[in-house]
Parts: sequence; C-alpha cells; structure tokens
Amino acid sequence: MLISIASGKGGTGKTTLALLLAAAHSDITLVDSDVEEPNCHLFLKPQWLEEEEIKVIVPYINTDLCNGCGACSAACLFNAIAISGGKALLFDELCHSCGGCLLACQHGVISEDKKTIGTIMTGTSPILPNTCPIKGTLHVGTPSGVPLIKALKEKVSHLKGDILLDCPPGTSCSMVTGIKNSDFCILVTEPTPFGKHDLELAMNITHLLQIPTGVVINKSDEGTGDKSIEMLCQSHNLPVLAKIPHSLSFAKQYASGIIPDDFKPIATSIWEQLEARRRKEA
Amino acid sequence: MKELVIVSGKGGTGKTSVSAALAFLAPQKIMVDCDVDAANFHLISDAVIKKTHGFKAGFEPHSNEEICNNCGKCTTLCRFGAINAGIVTSLNCEGCGVCAFNCPEHAITMQEKEAGQWFVSDTSFGQLIHAELGLSIENSGKLVSKVRQEAKKIASNNSLPLILTDGPPGIGCPAIAALSGASLALAVVEPSLSSMHDLERLAELVSHFNLPIMVCINKSTLHKENTKELIDWCNSKAIPIAGQLPYSDAFRTALQSGKTVMETDDEDVKEQMKKLWKNIAKKLDIPERKSGLTFFQGKLNPFR
Repeated sequence: MLISIASGKGGTGKTTLALLLAAAHSDITLVDSDVEEPNCHLFLKPQWLEEEEIKVIVPYINTDLCNGCGACSAACLFNAIAISGGKALLFDELCHSCGGCLLACQHGVISEDKKTIGTIMTGTSPILPNTCPIKGTLHVGTPSGVPLIKALKEKVSHLKGDILLDCPPGTSCSMVTGIKNSDFCILVTEPTPFGKHDLELAMNITHLLQIPTGVVINKSDEGTGDKSIEMLCQSHNLPVLAKIPHSLSFAKQYASGIIPDDFKPIATSIWEQLEARRRKEA
Repeated sequence: MKELVIVSGKGGTGKTSVSAALAFLAPQKIMVDCDVDAANFHLISDAVIKKTHGFKAGFEPHSNEEICNNCGKCTTLCRFGAINAGIVTSLNCEGCGVCAFNCPEHAITMQEKEAGQWFVSDTSFGQLIHAELGLSIENSGKLVSKVRQEAKKIASNNSLPLILTDGPPGIGCPAIAALSGASLALAVVEPSLSSMHDLERLAELVSHFNLPIMVCINKSTLHKENTKELIDWCNSKAIPIAGQLPYSDAFRTALQSGKTVMETDDEDVKEQMKKLWKNIAKKLDIPERKSGLTFFQGKLNPFR
C-alpha cells in the first residue's frame, strides 16, 4: 500500500508522523519526497548505499546551424527559448522537457540533451533497521521538483509491501505530484485557524484526485481548535485517524533529531485502521 | 521603496505569525501574502476583501471532437501522458501545446487557463494583496510574481516605504519568485535540526540572488544547544541575527483569536519582537515608527 502524508500548511508534522508510522512497522520503505527541503534523514541518520542522479531532457541548440527563424521560440509556451542576436537562446530553468521545440525546428538544429536536477539516495537506517529510507534532493536553484518526485515514485512503483511518502507542503503541483495515485492519503494538521484553512484546501485536492483520505490532528490540546477541525472532517466525511497531543518534551526531542517512543501506540492504532480498511477492500 | 520577504525553508516555523507582528509594528506599508497555494495572512489580520481579480496563466488544450479523427498523434507525442485521442487528462497536462501544434487535423487549440484569483483587502494594518491558486494548478510562481507586482504599484502610488511579504516555504519556484529582486530576506528559523538544515539550503538559494539575508530565531528557548549552534553557523556565514523570540504559547493563543502576538500580554515576546523590527528597519533604512512630521508632510503635501 502506498500511503502519502501531506498537509497543506507546512510544519504541521508530516515528517514526524512519517517517522512514527515507520517506527511502528516491521518492514517499510520511507520515501522523502519533500525534495526542496528533505528532513527524514536527519532522524534516520542513514548510511546511503546507492546514489542516482536524476536528469531531465532539455533541448540542445546547435547555434552554428541556427538561422534564428524563431519557430522553436514560437512553439514554446513556457517562454524558455528567445531569439537573440539571430540565434535561439535557451533558458533551461523554464523548460518543461516537452520536446515541442524539437518538433518545431525545421532545420535539424535542436537535439536533446540532459540536465541533472537532483539526486535520489537509497540506504539503511541504524535508527530504524526495519525501514528502507529513500530520499530525493533537488539541486538548489532548480525551480521545479516535480520531475524528481515523479522519478522517486517511479523508483518505488515496483516495490511490494507498504510505502510511506513524506510529501511537500502546500497544495500546488509538487504536492499534487506527491499524493497522486497513492492508495491512501493522510493529511496532518494542527488545531489552529491556519492548520484548518490549509487542511480544507488539501482535502479539496484529495477529493479531486479521488484518493481515500484520513486526518491526523497533531499538537492537539482537545480545545476549540480540535473541535473545529473535527467538524470540518465530519462535513467532508473524512475520519480523524488519530490525535497527537501537544507536548513540549516531544518538540524538544524532535528539535534534536530524535524519534521519541512516546506516541508509538498512536502510530500502531493508525496502522490498525489502515489494515482494517485494506481487509474491507480485499 | 523596500521589499522585505519573510521566508523559512522549512514550513511552520512561524513566518506568518512573525509577518503579522511586524505588520503591526511597521508604520507605513503594504502587505503581500506570497504563499499562494496555502495563504494564511488574511486569517490573522481581519482582512476584508475589497477587490477580486481573476488570474489566467498557462494554457490548456481543447479538442474539437468533430474534427478529431482519432489518429493518435497527440497521444504519441505527449510526454506527460495527458492526452488520449483528443481526450485530455488535465491533471497530467503541463500546457506545452505539443498536441495542438502537431495535430495534422488542427483539431486542438490551446486556450488560456484560469489559474486562480488575487485579492486586494483592507486589514487592521493596511492593505493586503493575497491570492488563491486554483486547485491543482501549476503556475504558482507566476501568481506570486503577480501579487508582488500589484503591491509594488500600490506602494509606489501611495509613497509607501515598505512592502512586507509573507513568503512561501521551500526553495522552489514560488520561493524563487517571491525572493528575486527583493531588498531583504528574513529567514524565520527554529532551533530544530530540520529547520537549521533547511536554512542552509535557503541561504544557498538567497546567495544565488545576491540578496541580503537576516535570521530571526523563533522558539529560541526550545533547545538552547541548537540555538547556540544556529548562532555560530550564522556568524560563520556572516548572516546577521535580527532577533530571537522565546518559545511562547502566546503565538498559539493569539492565532486562535485571529490576532497577532503583539495584541497579547506576553511582554517578553513583544519586547523581543520590537527589537527584531528595530533591527530590520535599520537594515532597510526605513523609519521605525510613524513620525508626526512625516504624517503631516504626507497629509499636506499637494504632490503626494
């Protein structure tokens, strides 16, 4: 089962929950797909066994042959090619690797080249020996992590067993790419107006993608904030899978890069609920 | 006109709470919420939307069933698995136009896409420009640029010395779009390994732009050893620490009632926040508080 963990608002506890769930499982792959700012490794302290560069296709313009006709530039809806000094000039950070310029050029000037946008690392963790950590890291300055997230998902697509996907925050393309095609999505929120507002945006996305969804309330204080999240979940017909209590000692341990045992029963109960779901579906 | 952009790398470190407190303190400014796919600033500033504008960006294919002869060329050429014999799966489509430009029957046209909305709102602290990205839409960077552009117009028309921008998390296209060409980046960082790790990547990005950066350590009392390590790291990179805010429940309680931390009775936090603002104002070389003189000059100046 591929379980994505997303949130809308950042810093609600996606990575925390991913680690808690991994620690309570006997054999699991944990994919850090928050490629702009991956953090799972800070807790898992993995030994990386394998590193792979992820490349995207970009056009290569042979300027010696280019006559500056502008067909490629006109075909590029991302404005990644301009004509300057009678030659086509590429701005590769805007390129979406669609191949449109290649098809548009009538003079055989454009061929395909590759550009590295980040890396994928696979390893083992001495902290959680039952967990196989996989991390995507986007090169700083690369605007879009989407192709890297796609590559991560492609890499684990053939794996059997349970896979946890720690997704990027927000509700835009990188988050959508992260949760797309997952069997279940857990949205982590906090009982504040910010948490609630962004949770609703994220719920709309999982609804749009038709992904079964459950909610975890982190930093819960059983107060009015909790109530208002619960009401939101009820109105969207989504279950609250668990509440992780607000705890200063937990926050301190998190700050030092430690996965505390305190909330293991909570993680176990989430797995039981997911297991029950799986049995019901089977 | 100066543009202060509040960023963090890691999400949830307190960007919006700090932005709102600074908005409370800064005398003349316009505010921008650049976290367009999960905007929150309006929730803490009693925002009332005055104007709503549609935002179009990018393109999407529309195919004419009557002309399409199901030749399948679009399906073969599309690298995103987004079109099958003229039927578009818009969630996969990146809007490149390869299907339309290469359709032998000219059955597909590219049309501009509704990508969201942006708003001009009145808040307790002045005007706010914010936005809402359409569901599952790419172009967040373009919408960020749009709200910044609009804020600049209003700031220059009203001779406002400061644009105060609540930025997005991460270091990808929205963060890049929010930071490029700004006057100062303020990174709100907490003393956790995650946040410190993410700051390193953010600082690298900011240095690409040759942008000055300052750090605000939030929840500085949560983990004293990490706070010290963070200060040492900033010193080693010659990044000034603009302020340190102690861990306080006041942030949470203020937020629950839609207020800034400056409207609570946590004197310690308020004092530290004032220091933070003072350091930023000094760095930006803008007035720290409203002077009576500028106020009158503004009112009386016939050319304003």
